[in-house]
Amino acid sequence: MTPFTQHRGVALPLLRDNIDTDAIIPSREMRTVSRSGLAAGLFAPWRYLDPDARTLNPDFALNQAEYSGASILLAGDNFGCGSSREHAVWALMESGFRAIIAPSFATIFRNNALRNGVLTVALEQHDLDELVDWVTMDPAAHTIQLDLEACSIEFDSERDKKVFSVDPTARDMLLQGLDEIGLTEQSMDLVSRFEEQDQIRRPWVYLASD
Amino acid sequence: MSPAGVNGFVVGNTLFDKLWQAHEVTTLSERQSLLYVDRIFLHERTGSVALNGLLEKQRSVRRREHAFCTMDHIVDTLPGRGDDTLMPSGRDFIVATRHAAHETGIQLFDIADADQGIVHVISPELGIALPGLSLICPDSHTCTLGGLGALAWGVGSTEAEHALATSTLRVTRPQTMRVSFAGLLGAGVSAKDLILFTIRELSASGGAGSAIEFAGPAIDALPVEARLTLCNMATELSAFTGLIAPDQKVLDYCAGRRYAPQGQLWDQAAQHWQSLRSDQGAAFDQEHRFDIGSLKPQLSWGTSPQHCVDWDDAIPHVRDAPDASASAAWQRAQDYMGVTPGSQLSDYALDVAFIGSCTNSRLSDLQLAAAYLVRTGHKVAKGVKALCVPGSGQVKRAAEAEGLDDIFRSAGFEWREPGCSMCFFAGGESFGKGVRVASTTNRNFEGRQGLGVRTHIASPLTVVASACAGHLVADTIA
Repeated sequence: MTPFTQHRGVALPLLRDNIDTDAIIPSREMRTVSRSGLAAGLFAPWRYLDPDARTLNPDFALNQAEYSGASILLAGDNFGCGSSREHAVWALMESGFRAIIAPSFATIFRNNALRNGVLTVALEQHDLDELVDWVTMDPAAHTIQLDLEACSIEFDSERDKKVFSVDPTARDMLLQGLDEIGLTEQSMDLVSRFEEQDQIRRPWVYLASD
Repeated sequence: MSPAGVNGFVVGNTLFDKLWQAHEVTTLSERQSLLYVDRIFLHERTGSVALNGLLEKQRSVRRREHAFCTMDHIVDTLPGRGDDTLMPSGRDFIVATRHAAHETGIQLFDIADADQGIVHVISPELGIALPGLSLICPDSHTCTLGGLGALAWGVGSTEAEHALATSTLRVTRPQTMRVSFAGLLGAGVSAKDLILFTIRELSASGGAGSAIEFAGPAIDALPVEARLTLCNMATELSAFTGLIAPDQKVLDYCAGRRYAPQGQLWDQAAQHWQSLRSDQGAAFDQEHRFDIGSLKPQLSWGTSPQHCVDWDDAIPHVRDAPDASASAAWQRAQDYMGVTPGSQLSDYALDVAFIGSCTNSRLSDLQLAAAYLVRTGHKVAKGVKALCVPGSGQVKRAAEAEGLDDIFRSAGFEWREPGCSMCFFAGGESFGKGVRVASTTNRNFEGRQGLGVRTHIASPLTVVASACAGHLVADTIA
């Protein structure tokens, strides 16, 4: 996993509440049995006037030149609700997004993002509004700097940085780019010990291995 | 909350606390623990990626006897189906899943298997999900199994891979919430109406990050399949999961199922399961109470499950939205759905009726809808396309043994093979742009059932009554 320490980039506002993973990438856009080949399907229902013909919707911010190369998404409450499809995170990553800032996130989406090195920052609505106001004045020039070591967001040099909190375990994982499976594999003796005791407590749980 | 208590008083444990403790291998930080995963269920949409990831990294499934897989999301539901689907590249997912399941040696309920079906329908049916077990699946509706008192939650493909490789997951402990219902559901009002009402009251993010226990007389009175329907939509509250304490009804439901314990092990399990309930005085982070004695059938008017009204209420005006953000969302939703504030849902003609999905495709759902057709003698209205898709092979056979397939067919419904079907473009099928659908599914998101499709979610009874009326309506004489 690519570590996340600091990142500066163009921020794209998509300020609807409850943006679900069907909107981020519809089922019909998940065409291969892999984690790639998904970028063209990102926000397909909104980004294209006709998703089949791939006719771009000029009113959608992602298609506008001033947001070209955007790598930070500013979104509404409960971002990533709905289906657990990790393809939503993969589609965002493949399209260049490294971080998402929103008042809140759906749990499964947030976990999926974390496991792919994508930073999710939960920010109070009024702080988010400030970022949005500043970004939209001049999107290409008004980039945002995210610093995970300091847990801060630097935007307008004339204003204070925004500080955010993040789960310490999640922060460590992101900073070090840890592979969670590899990490847990180091604790397998604990798992075996748990199973030995659990087989006495709950023997019915353990099915016969053929 | 620890049993040590607050202010010297002993405070009990919640059902969730007990389930968490029983699976805790070790604590990783103040809020995160390594939890033991008793069962893993996969399907061809997201499970294929998890299994491939495992194989690519040359890892194996640590306990293959605890991992299962089905074909439900992409597979066609048309009679005579095979590996080919209308979905572009759908066949690739099916073939890859079959290959990976064979390579890793996990039990696959393949397309032609008698027990194939929707993952959350077959896991309780086969006794793979049981009270007190922890179960994960790369699917957000895994919370369905909380209806049995299982600790079940949805994850992504990477986490599923983690569970396959290590029999554990690193989990941040959710908050606890209890939603209690006083009163009993009236005739014609179902668990689906109850959960739609709850989402409408608490909002689509009202359960964010919480393990929600549903309790109270209305819950005690619910049959087991209805509890599965209720917990199925906990994810639409953005909850970690939903839970109901297992009782004698659940024990009776589980007894004799293929993967359920038998003999002495059953007795031991059953005794343990009876302790799985929140202690008196257990403290929850949040509590909500609703009196649902006069609850009416619910219908969604918008593009979030929280956009619901009593079926005969007017669609709300944007000016009455609680805040600017909701106001914008309501406007978008009303434009998308082609509905006018102040009008009633019964003003809108219906194009399609769909009975199916992990929410409402169990035998009791089909019995309820079929009973309406028998009682009223009504047929599907002219111009309405109606589909009934049983949730599993077992459901389908049981329904056919009772003659329900004939009732549906002669009323004008298509009778399909088991699968997720039109809940979301599964099998590559879709309805057309602007088509209005009454659906027993769980999500009315923009484009969920196909580009521009207008989905109204409701109970099976409301959907069958609407199919026959040709417009949205509840059955008020049930």
